[in-house]
Amino acid sequence: MSMQTFRRKYPTGVNGASPVTFRFNGRQYGGFAGDTLASALLANGVHMIARSFKYHRPRGILGSGSDDPAALVQVGADPARTVPNARATELEIYDGLEAFSQNCWPSLAIDVGSVNDAFGRFLPAGFYYKTFMGPPGNWMMFEGLIRRAAGLGKSPTAPDPDHYEHVNRHCDVLVIGAGPAGLTAARIAAASGARVILAEETPELGGRLLSIEPSSRTMDGQSIAEWLQDTEADLTRSPEITVLKRTCAFGYYGENWVALVESLQDHVPEHARRADLPRHRVWRVRTAQVVLATGAIERPLVFHGNDRPGIMLAGAVRTYLHRYGVLAGRTAVVFTNNDEAWTTAFDLHAAGAEVAAIVDTRDEPGPNVTAKAKSLGIEAFTSATIVETKGRRRLSHMSVMSLDENKQLTGGPRWLYADLLAVSGGWSPNVALFSQSRGRLQFDDTLQAFRPERSWQAERSAGAADGVFDFAACFASGLQAGAEAAQAAGFATDTPQAPACSVDPIDGESGIEPAWDLPSAKPPARTRAFVDLQNDVTSKDLQLAVREGYVSVEHAKRYTTLGMGTDQGKTSSLNGFGVLAGALGKPIADVGVTTFRPPFKPVPFGAVAGQHVGDHFHPRRTTPMHTWHEDQGATFEVVGDWLRARAYPRAGESFEDAVQRECIAARTQTAALDASTLGKIDIRGRDARTFLNRVYTNAWMKLAPGRCRYGLMLNEDGMVFDDGVTACISDDHFHLTTTTGGAAGVLSWMEDYLQTEWPDLDVFMTSVTEQWAVASICGPESWRVVGALLDDIDPNPDAFPFMSHRTGHIAGVPVRVFRISFTGELSYEINVPARYGLWLWQQIMDKGEPHGITPYGTEGMHLLRAETGFIIVGQDTDGTVTPYDLGMDWIVKSSADFIGRRSLTRSDTSRADRRHFVGVLTDDPAIVIAEGSQVIATAEEQDPRTPMIGHITSSYFSPTFERSIALGLIDAGRNRVGERVYIAQRDGEPIPARVTQPNFMQHFGRAT
Amino acid sequence: MFLIPCPFCGPRDQSEFSYGGEAHIARPTEPEALSDEDWANFVFMRSNPKGVFAERWHHTAGCGKWFNVLRNTATDEVLASYKTGEPPPAVAGFQLATPSGEPPIGSGNDGTKVVP
Repeated sequence: MSMQTFRRKYPTGVNGASPVTFRFNGRQYGGFAGDTLASALLANGVHMIARSFKYHRPRGILGSGSDDPAALVQVGADPARTVPNARATELEIYDGLEAFSQNCWPSLAIDVGSVNDAFGRFLPAGFYYKTFMGPPGNWMMFEGLIRRAAGLGKSPTAPDPDHYEHVNRHCDVLVIGAGPAGLTAARIAAASGARVILAEETPELGGRLLSIEPSSRTMDGQSIAEWLQDTEADLTRSPEITVLKRTCAFGYYGENWVALVESLQDHVPEHARRADLPRHRVWRVRTAQVVLATGAIERPLVFHGNDRPGIMLAGAVRTYLHRYGVLAGRTAVVFTNNDEAWTTAFDLHAAGAEVAAIVDTRDEPGPNVTAKAKSLGIEAFTSATIVETKGRRRLSHMSVMSLDENKQLTGGPRWLYADLLAVSGGWSPNVALFSQSRGRLQFDDTLQAFRPERSWQAERSAGAADGVFDFAACFASGLQAGAEAAQAAGFATDTPQAPACSVDPIDGESGIEPAWDLPSAKPPARTRAFVDLQNDVTSKDLQLAVREGYVSVEHAKRYTTLGMGTDQGKTSSLNGFGVLAGALGKPIADVGVTTFRPPFKPVPFGAVAGQHVGDHFHPRRTTPMHTWHEDQGATFEVVGDWLRARAYPRAGESFEDAVQRECIAARTQTAALDASTLGKIDIRGRDARTFLNRVYTNAWMKLAPGRCRYGLMLNEDGMVFDDGVTACISDDHFHLTTTTGGAAGVLSWMEDYLQTEWPDLDVFMTSVTEQWAVASICGPESWRVVGALLDDIDPNPDAFPFMSHRTGHIAGVPVRVFRISFTGELSYEINVPARYGLWLWQQIMDKGEPHGITPYGTEGMHLLRAETGFIIVGQDTDGTVTPYDLGMDWIVKSSADFIGRRSLTRSDTSRADRRHFVGVLTDDPAIVIAEGSQVIATAEEQDPRTPMIGHITSSYFSPTFERSIALGLIDAGRNRVGERVYIAQRDGEPIPARVTQPNFMQHFGRAT
Repeated sequence: MFLIPCPFCGPRDQSEFSYGGEAHIARPTEPEALSDEDWANFVFMRSNPKGVFAERWHHTAGCGKWFNVLRNTATDEVLASYKTGEPPPAVAGFQLATPSGEPPIGSGNDGTKVVP
């Protein structure tokens, strides 16, 4: 194991008492509990983490949190649990952690893909667009190469064994970020009695307070650590607060609906992970008020060679030093355009590192910092820039040149030797969530960054997120925001009392001067000044995009892929806008920003899916008879949300053979279908009859109690949308049935008309689909079975006529029996209260056994009804079919208006050459046409193409007629009965067939 | 995901409702008296304004009632809700665009999200 030679001491965040061992690229290292992979690797002197996306250049650690663009690793090698693109700067180490570099082969040090770097000038901005749009074949040629060379981590290949959950939560004040502003905001809001959620992205409360020299400040006379401890204890004592650590607010949606993702187990050693806890939890929070205390993100500087491992953000260097006790290098150079970054040099100096120089692009840095540098003996170059860096896998030296008054290079280079370059181009308020909430931004010249200007939702920004950087002002800003939020949510707050914070004269000083694109000593062709370290976008790429006409930031972003990586441009976007502004000769405010979209940072798919996987993905409805079907080995199909038995294959029997057997039984003996899934609506009221007369195409005013009628429903456009049989129980009471899949839609549609068009009608509707279990018994012998079952109904077809219903009993259980048929065969539909469904089914099987009863599934039902030419709405119709198209003129009344009636006489719906519903019989009775096949009029290929005259909607092999049958929609099909058509085949000759009318029972002379 | 104030149940999450298109389009009482064009206008034609829009919502996973909402389609702000059959209430004090400032037509994706 290598020694942690860069570890200095063990401050608050890192527990030196708990050593941890982990592996990176197969090698074992030591760290401490509280370390991130980045801090532990830096402690061991490891800077190079990965290779970049496009050029495979060495990539190190730039930042110290979710902002880091390129220190991405693959966690674990387990095919089910491996995590790609994990940020080393966020990944907490634990015993047994195994991480690997990404995007390199065969190893991080020797990577074949890095030849891309040498050929970089052949991979310019818009490379993908240009190969797509270029000569045909270019993309085909490059695709395989690009797919192998470009890319990030590898996704898991086995099913995810972990579980995830979503929870809903309401609160009064949601505080996002637990830095100085967020903590004070949460504390005052919680004290008011408001329900507060405090969400902190990292494992510790404190934010920027953890990144400053622990003894440099006192708050209310306490040290930072004591103050944080007290504040946390204070917060946890409040009864109405939920403090969530490792929880990132990733999406800000309408009306203060904010999505948080909490990581519960990823930081725990694998053997200690708890099965009762989810791996991640998504909190879906609806809150009255939001306080955005999301801090700020530091920007790097854009200069030639700025991407080498060992070049880090100045603020991150301080975080590693103070929070993790890690020196990021032995000898450092600080390169900046603002005063704040100078503190990095001072802190490194105090920690015992050598500071080779401070390089500042400004003429006159602030007097406080220059005086302090002088007193510490640190050399400072002003009006200067770094023009080149050296070092193969880690920075070793760099050259500095002076800038003239026009910010152009002047004089000769001077070489500085250092293994750490801390850069800062200033801090940008983290406005991602603010912008997602649709607030308006403003470019602030004193920050050289965008800051919130006007809110849209009930939200306020505080602290660095609002551009407030001085610690005392941060506390005040948080207190004010927290108090205002609680008050706006209806709670009275104490007088805000900011902690008395000791002052450092450098606090809050910036004096920043813009330095978006620094001059290079190299010719443009050889300059590599990176803006986006993950996607390898250089300032040259952005300038090229402008020259090629991409003047909008949104277009230039997509053309160059600026900020389109997993980091979403946290460190790169503003620098990119600065470069674009320079190329366009416009101020940044006029160039604008690209749209901030959720998620703020990558959210694992498992967390997005939550508990909605497997059996919980979609609700499945089953009938009361379901277990019986399962026991019989039925195959099931999904209809609507229902699982329906499709057929009951016996041992050794194929599905097709089972369907044939079931249909033969239905035609020759008796067979039973579980029809419980039919939509059932109970309709009552004085005007129920009038209502039915308006929603159905046929007449309902004279249907007598005890009778049933089949009905069609149309939309106002005249197209068929549902059908079913409705029974008249009494003059003000009807039992309406719908298709299995259409039940909810039909009820909602009828409620719409009832509530909004005809509120004067006295009608009440109730869905009773699940109150009744239904068994349909069909076949020439079915009446015998029904007779054996029923105590008090004579099933004789003469006594119990077709399209009527009776109320009776089976062993004392009340039932409704309907004499209706979807198969063309003698049929009885028995309805019982659902809890008797399974019992009824068993009774039917017992009493039916002497009569050869056979259970049949939905496939048999489809086949049987096709033999009689009955439609299935949604299979034979598709929302473009009128009752006339179906040849069902008999069902359209002329006596009164109904929904969709007027549309039936529109010029288009009354055309004579519309597509008609017809039967299709192949010349070869053995050929079963594929459903969906296209019907053509001639077998010969026509120029420019053979016109399609229709399509096949249903097709089966009929056991009754011992040949194939099909139904379809064909142009003016009824006029073609007897004519020859062809069924087009993708491979092979068209199949010859003839058009018939759709009722095959009639066609073959079997009509009853 | 906005909140919809159901006139019968109070504010509820949008996921409880289903959408019903433009409100105040009465079904003609004598459809047979209409020309093809007038009937087609009723069946097919709807307005799609950027700004205040009266629309129908159905509290599908709630009380089951249909009602009307005035929504600012530019900002998704629900300005008022009222029962079927009632006239739309007067609304005021809203903006026709979000602070991020879309142009009068179009998505505003390329517009200013920033104060000029």
